Amino acid sequence: MAGKTLFDKIWEKHVVDNVEGGPSVLYIDRHLIHEVTSPQAFAGLKARGIKVRRPDKTVATPDHNIPTIDQHLPIHDELSRFQVNKLKENCEEHNIPMYGLNHPFNGIVHVIGPELGLTRPGMTIVCGDSHTSTHGAFGSIAFGIGTSEVEMVLATQCLMQSRPKTMRINIEGELKKGVTAKDIVLYIISQISTGGATGYFVEFAGSAIRSLSMEGRMTICNMSIEMGARGGMIAPDETTIEYVKGREFSPVGKEWDRLVAEWRQLPSDADAKFDKELTFKAADIEPMITYGTNPGMGIGITQRIPKVEDLDKASQASFSKSLQYMGYKPDEPMIGKQVDYVFVGSCTNGRIEDLRAFANFIKGKKKADNITAWVVPGSKQVEKQAIEEGIRDILEAAGVSLRQPGCSACLAMNDDKIPEGKYAVSTSNRNFEGRQGPGARTLLASPLTAAATLINGVITDPRTML
Amino acid sequence: MPIEKFVTLESPAVPLPIENVDTDQIIPARFLKATTRDGFGDNLFCDWRYEKDGRPKADFVLNNPTYSGKILVAGKNFGSGSSREHAAWAIGGYGFKAVVSSFFADIFKNNALNNGILPVQISDAFLAKLFEAIEADPKVIIKVDLENQTISVPSSNISEKFDINPYKKKCLINGYDDIDYLLSITDEINQWEASASN
Ligand code: SF4
Repeated sequence: MAGKTLFDKIWEKHVVDNVEGGPSVLYIDRHLIHEVTSPQAFAGLKARGIKVRRPDKTVATPDHNIPTIDQHLPIHDELSRFQVNKLKENCEEHNIPMYGLNHPFNGIVHVIGPELGLTRPGMTIVCGDSHTSTHGAFGSIAFGIGTSEVEMVLATQCLMQSRPKTMRINIEGELKKGVTAKDIVLYIISQISTGGATGYFVEFAGSAIRSLSMEGRMTICNMSIEMGARGGMIAPDETTIEYVKGREFSPVGKEWDRLVAEWRQLPSDADAKFDKELTFKAADIEPMITYGTNPGMGIGITQRIPKVEDLDKASQASFSKSLQYMGYKPDEPMIGKQVDYVFVGSCTNGRIEDLRAFANFIKGKKKADNITAWVVPGSKQVEKQAIEEGIRDILEAAGVSLRQPGCSACLAMNDDKIPEGKYAVSTSNRNFEGRQGPGARTLLASPLTAAATLINGVITDPRTML
Repeated sequence: MPIEKFVTLESPAVPLPIENVDTDQIIPARFLKATTRDGFGDNLFCDWRYEKDGRPKADFVLNNPTYSGKILVAGKNFGSGSSREHAAWAIGGYGFKAVVSSFFADIFKNNALNNGILPVQISDAFLAKLFEAIEADPKVIIKVDLENQTISVPSSNISEKFDINPYKKKCLINGYDDIDYLLSITDEINQWEASASN
């Protein structure tokens, strides 16, 4: 009998029941909720006349809809305020811990889970948000769900799920200088497309992945949804254990020792079989940038936008539509192109390590006059650390201010919108039409590429400034 | 909450031959501030459908009176992106009962099924045929038969089988809801919890 994958081990441990000819009933260890995808689920519970089954396994934070300045004031947008208040009311009614605005634990749901020690290896974790895949970096099964499913988990702590297929993506060798986790994941998506992993749960492995910090691993798993995957995961190792140790809600004492022993058993067995396996060389990856309107439309920063003829027929119309939206032509180079905004933040690249890398790069330099820059920490704790470490001072000396935590321009539900027709180099995860505001044009890249572009005022290869 | 039953559907279709239609196009984030499930249909495909001042864009298919119906036929990889169920509410709210494409993003598929909307996944070749048939006759009837898992154009005698999880099929045909099912196995869940904490 073939060995088991990391995915198999966690999945099998959490199956409560198998429905004949159908999905499994999966027990959920951690349910994270936020203001946008939960109100209708709570309304559903009310209509059924039931309570949340396990408020102790549920944690809430408002993040999507909140302003990133003047957080001490009431939210001025009426609908946003209503939605955030609704979350508070619902959490109070059902005894769910909530880290509201200004609470020291507030932040983007996928940033606070790990930093509070709520995210641990071996867990099943869900949230009404597709980037829940982030938490898979700890060696957990973590994935996004819809609102009906949020209601399902609130009501029963279980989820009906069909077992996905498994894929392993190996990145082998050493990364080149100036190439980050963000570039790895944008590279993978550019190679396999936005639907390349649909139907699969992806384990990322290989020496380049093992060498990454937890922050880097989270960036990769975060964007596994952008290749269509149900979720992404990375086997827990010493780096993982070191990160989880001593956090606010991390277990201690005997319980900690017991769990660590369990976690060491989780990595995929040497003879485990995956439904699909892909391997890429780390040395082939350069800093990446997207030129189109989905995350698969990315190229190495020194390359040119593809020619229409190079694509298969069925995709040509969508490709041309996308370039038209972006105001680009086929076969153009990306370097030197005009940029108006730089956005550093989001659950992809809004952690302390990202802010640190960005600040180190721009230290002692000045932002270009044509650029408006928004640097948004992923959480209150990241904000605090950025201030303590002097990151805010470095930013301010360069002419950039540090905003308050939230999703911000990643999805532009608050006031942080990129104006129509403007170009933004963003460290977030989606470059869809209108994602950062109606008519906004998004170029996804790493914090280093964002930093180089901030200084030069046009798209710049960070390696030329290292 | 029971969902509306789905057995067979016969209707003309609205063609949207664009690939990678993502959830931010289906319902832009700025409409996600609502706290109920209603009213999203009005903003379905908002930025493709309306000018900034709210006038309908004449060249978008939903504004073209030639096309109507309860079936949306879309290009490959429909529904990628966010987990927002609002996308399914917008499609259902507009009046679509089935979405046909050669590929669907996972979360969208689940969200659609949980709202009684059938995602019908067909081959690229059959999708091309459907687009041709609709172009030739915008009122052509397309038939989706869930019991037999077939989609066909009766007038031109073409059809194809599609896959659906047998449990989900049963739910749709009978109008069952997952939560009712899970609540019915509360004892098993209690037992599982008890054994897991030992
Ligand atoms: S930062 Fe962006 S991707 Fe992440 S949870 Fe917020 S809106 Fe979603």
